[in-house]
Amino acid sequence: MTSLTATIPTALDAPGAQSRHCDTTGLKVCLSSQSFIKLSAVSAVVFLLLGGIAAILLALTRWQAVHLLPVDWFYRILTFHGLNMLIFWILFFEVAILYFACTIPLNARLFSRKIAWAAFAMMLTGAVMVDVTILVGRADVLMTSYLPLLAHPAFYLGIILVAVGTLTAVFNFFATLYIAKRDRTYEGSVPLVTFGALAAAIIAVVTLLHGAIVMIPTFTYSMGWTPQPDPMWYRMIWWGLGHQSQQVNVCAMVAVWYLVGHLATGAKPVNETVCRGAFLLYILFINLASAHHLLVDPAVGASWKIWNTSYAMYLAVLASMIHGFTVPASIEMAMRDKGYVKGLFGWVTALPWRNPAFSAVVLSVVIFGFIGGITGVTLGTQQINIIAHNTLRITGHFHATVVGGTTLAFMGLAYYVIPLIFRRDFVWRGAARLQPWLFGGGILMVSLGMSFAGSLGVPRRDYDIEPSGAFGPASHLFLGIMGVGAVVAVTALLLFCFLCVGTLLFGERNSGRAMAEWGAAQRLPGVREGLLDHDHWAMKGTIALTAVFLASFAVYYFANWKALADVWPVQ
Amino acid sequence: MTPPTQEPFLKRLMDNPWLLLVLGVAIPMLSYTAWGWVEILLVKPATLP
Ligand code: HEM
Ligand SMILES: [Cu+2]
Repeated sequence: MTSLTATIPTALDAPGAQSRHCDTTGLKVCLSSQSFIKLSAVSAVVFLLLGGIAAILLALTRWQAVHLLPVDWFYRILTFHGLNMLIFWILFFEVAILYFACTIPLNARLFSRKIAWAAFAMMLTGAVMVDVTILVGRADVLMTSYLPLLAHPAFYLGIILVAVGTLTAVFNFFATLYIAKRDRTYEGSVPLVTFGALAAAIIAVVTLLHGAIVMIPTFTYSMGWTPQPDPMWYRMIWWGLGHQSQQVNVCAMVAVWYLVGHLATGAKPVNETVCRGAFLLYILFINLASAHHLLVDPAVGASWKIWNTSYAMYLAVLASMIHGFTVPASIEMAMRDKGYVKGLFGWVTALPWRNPAFSAVVLSVVIFGFIGGITGVTLGTQQINIIAHNTLRITGHFHATVVGGTTLAFMGLAYYVIPLIFRRDFVWRGAARLQPWLFGGGILMVSLGMSFAGSLGVPRRDYDIEPSGAFGPASHLFLGIMGVGAVVAVTALLLFCFLCVGTLLFGERNSGRAMAEWGAAQRLPGVREGLLDHDHWAMKGTIALTAVFLASFAVYYFANWKALADVWPVQ
Repeated sequence: MTPPTQEPFLKRLMDNPWLLLVLGVAIPMLSYTAWGWVEILLVKPATLP
């Protein structure tokens, strides 16, 4: 079949286009974007590995019974962990997702290889500069590098390079969208995955602008060229970088949820407009939430704080809840359509649980929604924040979002990226099927251990809680739970890196045939497609789950108001 | 011939990445950054006791 686009030079199916045919999906794959997806993904996994090694050192230090590192190395490794995980692992993987989303689903070629090379070179150089500066002990300033703490100029320059490099990659993404639309390589609106990536890219622009605004004067100050920027101002602009980069993750993660849900069960968005509308809410409102980091700062007023963390931000929370509903709902509908109609949850047992990408995504939705989401909204409430600020509750919250949510979803995607882009089938498939469960279970323990210890007042970023004499056996128990969870999670992380590297080296090549299937939901014999098209209750299981979610949310939220009232009784 | 039909506003907005980019940058820049910046500028420097 020749398509209408075959005469467009920038289309992937044009004669002579630098593309190949994918034997699994039938799509055309842009060879340039394929190379940069590979480069970015491999670098991402290397930074994940570095961050993972740091993670176990930290957890075994905060676990007071072990208390592994000496004090200077604790803060050094904490700086290292934060940056390698939150910034490098996530940004490199996101760039891979962006290059995928603007080319393959749109049948368009990547705008520029040169720009992609420049972006990659800047990002990698910057990241290496940052890591080396930290490890030689010239940047013990933690990830946030709050002024007046001061690091070696190479640290700030490295971060600037990473930010500018990422921005350059984002530019390549937008330019590709532009030529694809101009040349009409696709028809109608962009696919949902691309739209999600677009949301991520827009948020990345806001993020990186803040990065430039804050890091350039800090760099010139560290060189002795300009006076010190105001520390309060620094905190505000820095969080425009630090928090908003997390929203880039959220968008990319949700796009991965939809993609893997589709690959593993054939799920189609319940209602495209609603899903896109939810991404639109992210684009417009999610970035305001950065203000929750300044909830105890004196220089910004209550109106600014409450507007930015509550009223306007709840629109973005609404968007997360929409995605949290439509992803399982679309999977449920796909399963019922295949004939699994028994009761409320009959479809759940028939899901392809042995598919590691799928189990990773389910765990990601559950951990992100039930733990990350509920704690996030609660901790972001100005009044409640005062009993949680700077405690391990905060760290417990974001290890549920960026680790249990984003990192796990990205790991899940890798189970498709490697066979489809690197064209090698996974080795040790049994271990791969287990990996997401181990990682999810470990992180759950880490997150809950941190959260409960934090509820008892254990601070974050604190080398040693013993001298205060304030913490009893319960606090130590929860720190121990965190420590054991960390051992499990980091083992699973190492297993993941091991599986990826093992596959790249020894995996069987699958060029010329479809990838080895992980397992997808099968249609029951004799069940006709579209049977449930007019059944408005085809998502009743998800509705029941949503009711449980909302009830947990309400209980947790009001329990925290009660806890606040107990701190400061009004008589 | 059918007259050209106008697509719904939301759909046109969502099909326009450039407008989304402008809005997505402008809203947080005003609500968070500019407003916060002004608040910080309005804080008077502490006088030493
Ligand atoms: C693999 C399992 C992981 C474990 C066991 C782990 C454990 C820890 C521990 C113990 C801390 C120190 C808490 C404190 O003393 O304040 C920490 C901090 C942190 N972690 Fe993780 N982590 C893991 C993965 C990740 C990932 C994947 C990310 C990001 C994507 C991440 C982001 C962070 C950040 C941003 C901090 C705060 C750094 C700071 O306070 O400056 N972690 N983590
Ligand atoms: Cu935040």
